[in-house]
Amino acid sequence: MRKGFDILFPLLLGAVLLALWEWIVAARQIPPYVLPAPSAILQAFLDNFSSLMASMLATLRVTVEAFAAALIAGVATAILFSQSRLAERALYPYAVILQVTPVVAIAPLILIWVGFERINTALVLIAALVAFFPILSNTALGLKSADFNLMDLMRLYGASRWQILWRLQLPTALPYLLGACRIAGGLALIGAVVAEFVAGSGTATGLAWRIIEAGNRLQIATMFAALALLALLGVAIFAALSGLEYFLLRRWHESALKRPL
Amino acid sequence: MSLVTLANVGKRFAGGTEALSGLDFEVGDGEFVALLGPSGCGKSTALRLIAGLIAPDTGEIRWSGPRPEMGFVFQEPTLMPWAGALANARLPLDLKHVPRGEADERTAAALERMGLKGFDSAYPRELSGGMKMRVSIARALAAKPKLLLMDEPFAALDEITRSALNDDLLALAREDSITVIFVTHSVMESAYLSDRVLVMSPRPGRVTAEIALPPGPRDRLSAAFADTQRRVSSALAA
Repeated sequence: MRKGFDILFPLLLGAVLLALWEWIVAARQIPPYVLPAPSAILQAFLDNFSSLMASMLATLRVTVEAFAAALIAGVATAILFSQSRLAERALYPYAVILQVTPVVAIAPLILIWVGFERINTALVLIAALVAFFPILSNTALGLKSADFNLMDLMRLYGASRWQILWRLQLPTALPYLLGACRIAGGLALIGAVVAEFVAGSGTATGLAWRIIEAGNRLQIATMFAALALLALLGVAIFAALSGLEYFLLRRWHESALKRPL
Repeated sequence: MSLVTLANVGKRFAGGTEALSGLDFEVGDGEFVALLGPSGCGKSTALRLIAGLIAPDTGEIRWSGPRPEMGFVFQEPTLMPWAGALANARLPLDLKHVPRGEADERTAAALERMGLKGFDSAYPRELSGGMKMRVSIARALAAKPKLLLMDEPFAALDEITRSALNDDLLALAREDSITVIFVTHSVMESAYLSDRVLVMSPRPGRVTAEIALPPGPRDRLSAAFADTQRRVSSALAA
């Protein structure tokens, strides 16, 4: 029952707001280049369906590749940090600098270095840069959070540092990593959009580029359609990663368990 | 015959506080020794020294022969929340690369001895406090230890569960002739379980009294047991 309402009420609210929007645009005769009605946006979406889908796939591909790259690099760096205090001390400040420097400011440089002829690599790199830090910092925190007594116990039984990493530290870090993935998934999408914006028209083919292009031609309805698709994509990524988190933690972690009372 | 001897052992914490100083005692092969004292008297530190997890600053720990196979049981069950009871108890064998089939067999036997037959795949959070402690003991037993180090293992359990575990532990230690060093702050527990009680006092931790107890089995309700408890209590108060 509760669950039904959780879905029903937001949908209902959305429908009411859309109806209101439609009515205001019609009643006040707002021109479509200022604010198109929802019906016009839907029409634009249907008119450009195949090209919008192709754009969405392009953005999704960049996002997924960037996320995967950030995941591998983030976890690998966190493991390096957990194994070597020296590496952590030396590298961590640079990771922070990378994080706090706005990616929009680095993006043009990366585009020039990687080259417009390899635009896809450049986009993935920029988006991965945005998603990298939360994965690194959360995984590093998780690897450090292993139970001291279990650590002692493993040492007592002669465990190697790799056994401790594999059997204790990585499982301890898993909930932290999965939490970071949910954030990083969204950030990878934002990074992909920023990268497409910076790359500009004529090179990228994703949704962000569609938004710029439609804006240049004052096709505001198409802009809205692309924007809606981007939002949907973000929600889908978040839901997929939340589902993965639940699936992996459902048997043992507090976060995934329902209390019987 | 003594299994391990602590000779004039001293240990300072990083902050400079003396945790142990001039700690002298020996534990015989097959003996059940209780280390009894208030919190902060260095009982746990002594146990960690014997386990080889930390090294003494002064003095030495001597073994008669090679260091024996050891098991360690903490106050908390210290189980891996992501693994079932069998996988948890199998940990020492996994770390030693014992083949999976043999490891499973030995671990299942250890769980069964601790009264946990049928709970192989239960996750720690599905188990009660007492059952978690049983898994923890089964894990120590699976490695077939010669020496079992226990750090207030039952302190967090209720009285009834604790009594049952005390009896089971005694039976197991006798059956396998395991040497046990048992840290506790309970007079009753030390008097019930051990062959010998070493009373420790804090700042710095050292042994202040040693009480050899009459051989068991003991009856918690008997006058003789009440007398034993009185003797241990008065040594603790002195």
